[in-house]
Amino acid sequence: MIAAGEPAPDFTLRDQDGKEVSLSDFKGRKVLLVFYPMDFSPACSDQLSIYQEVKPEIAEKGVEMLGISVDHPYAHKAFQEKLGVDTTLLADFEPKGAVSKAYGSYLDGLGFANRTLVLIDEDGTVAWAHESPSLGEIPGANLIFDALAA
Amino acid sequence: MELSSAPIPPLGPEDHVRGEGEPIVVYADLGCPHCAAAWLEISSRPAAIAFRHFPVASKHPRSPALHAAAEAAGMQGTFFAMVDSLYADRAHVDDPHLWERVERLGLELGRFDEDRRSAAVAARVRRDFESGIRAGVTGTPAVFDLQCRGDA
Repeated sequence: MIAAGEPAPDFTLRDQDGKEVSLSDFKGRKVLLVFYPMDFSPACSDQLSIYQEVKPEIAEKGVEMLGISVDHPYAHKAFQEKLGVDTTLLADFEPKGAVSKAYGSYLDGLGFANRTLVLIDEDGTVAWAHESPSLGEIPGANLIFDALAA
Repeated sequence: MELSSAPIPPLGPEDHVRGEGEPIVVYADLGCPHCAAAWLEISSRPAAIAFRHFPVASKHPRSPALHAAAEAAGMQGTFFAMVDSLYADRAHVDDPHLWERVERLGLELGRFDEDRRSAAVAARVRRDFESGIRAGVTGTPAVFDLQCRGDA
């Protein structure tokens, strides 16, 4: 997993609407990357649902939250609608998992990313990273606020 | 708004508590089917059970209204009766259904409607939700045993 102090690898991925989104678009702002295994798995649903409930508080801290998984934009769109969330979901789809690999979140052999949270500061440096000890364990939203308070 | 990690608040005067015994705290969503299924078992435990609001609105759009309704029923002394009623029948949760429940519980409807839409009730629900977030709740129901066994 990527560590605090390292430069955050730039990327360009398509979002749920097929629109290209680059990390560098957010230069000068904080970004929280939420890597998760896949759309429509029950636990992911809870994770993004819970974060959605505190999205205004995350935005208040000047942070843009981006979800990333290996799913296609079409799946992301349907997943967003199913969950009722408006968090941008990025498709790490082709080449599969390239961004997840660059951040050290990809699980070889499983074919998707672990639950990894990466907070990137205004100048593109990793400020904090957290990897879930197991796939079934959802990082609480409190950890995000701990990182922002540090 | 501070949402960094914090321990679960101990039972306080504002908590909705039913039963006697060791204190347990349940963060639950009134729109959540898992909670409804678990509620029968949880609420039958021989413990002082504190119900704390944890509506996940994005997942269950009706939840905020149901939590506000329970809180408003609580202001007329029937918090747990409303919770039990909402979990027992999840198919009737629109406003007219809530009014029927209010009638069955013998509550004043006008007061109930005013209370459930009040800012104070919304703030009360949100306070519980935020304490759950700070304790790391990521799904419902989340049950915590508050008893400290080393404490004599």
